[in-house]
Amino acid sequence: MIDESKKKRLRRSMLFLNCQKPSLIRDPYVYKPDSIMLDLEDAVAENQKDAARFSLYHALQEINYRGVERVVRINGIDTPHWQEDIRVCVAGGCDVIRIPKCTCANDVAIVEEAVYNAEKEFGKEEGSVLLMAALESCLGVINAFEICKSSERLIGVALSGGDYTKDLQTHITFTGIELAGARQQMIIAARAAGVQCFDTVFTNLDDMEGFEAETEMIKLMGFDGKSLVNPRQIPVVHKVFTPTKKEIITAEKIVREIDTKKALGIGVFTVDGKMIDIAFYDGAKRTLMLAKAAGVYEGDLV
Amino acid sequence: MELLHAASAGTMESSDALVTVSPAENGISLSITSPVIHQYGEQIKKVVLERLEALEVKNAEITVVDKGALDCTLKARVEGAVFRACDAADAGIPWGGAVK
Repeated sequence: MIDESKKKRLRRSMLFLNCQKPSLIRDPYVYKPDSIMLDLEDAVAENQKDAARFSLYHALQEINYRGVERVVRINGIDTPHWQEDIRVCVAGGCDVIRIPKCTCANDVAIVEEAVYNAEKEFGKEEGSVLLMAALESCLGVINAFEICKSSERLIGVALSGGDYTKDLQTHITFTGIELAGARQQMIIAARAAGVQCFDTVFTNLDDMEGFEAETEMIKLMGFDGKSLVNPRQIPVVHKVFTPTKKEIITAEKIVREIDTKKALGIGVFTVDGKMIDIAFYDGAKRTLMLAKAAGVYEGDLV
Repeated sequence: MELLHAASAGTMESSDALVTVSPAENGISLSITSPVIHQYGEQIKKVVLERLEALEVKNAEITVVDKGALDCTLKARVEGAVFRACDAADAGIPWGGAVK
């Protein structure tokens, strides 16, 4: 059984951590990200894949990450490592497996079958481990919709800008121009399929202004969150993705007014001088849900 | 498990431990170096010996260079070194069984 509340949880920030480094995985919860992503793939040297798994297993079993979601990025299904990666993820009890270099729905199906087998092997409940897919190629981006719909376990898709721009035969410019098409395609696909969508990392740690501007842009595009490479980026993302007090008050008014006016047979009216009708209802509800999940709204409208 | 050759796992970085195991003939011999040996020497010894017992390693020479590793890291390094010394580190690990 898939736990829907686990599947739809708040994921504004997802911090990459190298499983090869004990100093990184021992206490990242102090930075309060929504999710951490323990990496078995690119960050781990080829001859340390085995050792990283032992570290991962005991970290998952013994470290109390205090409610921070534990995502593990496994090695690609074109490598000799991914099957043992899945066994350790399931046995250790991670929350989500991130599938790298996902190109089509079948890639997800292959991983899902191995996860299912591992759940049986280790006596875990079916559906205990969720999946997410990283799109890192033009083919993956083109197939975004079929990937988004590929599995009940799939929480969403994430753009991996470095590999994607290589495939596109360009590079990261920090203007966003090279990623515009992929971002747009992915968020539309994710929304159409009812899953989440996460943006790629921003690697220039000296440019915090640029980082904030990019985070604001992807929030406006509809993204749910962003992959991060440094804890310093976490508060910035949370600030951008958490509704302000003013937004919360307006959303509350809209939800209340629409509920009352509907009962009175009124379809369109004004709130604080702005025209409001039923089309604003879902957006206002979403603002309140986001605020509640972020711990800044305690009302009972959602 | 029967060690086939010497192997190690871990690094000398902070919060890590470098564990080296080699085949031996007469039981377990253990050497530990740690900046916190006075405070945690016994605990480190206990964790290492428990892991070896769980993995049924009866004969081995073990060197632990601890750099302030948590127990979970120490366990991972001992297991990593032992499975490597048995050429068995890449697949089919008994997660939740002997590795626990």
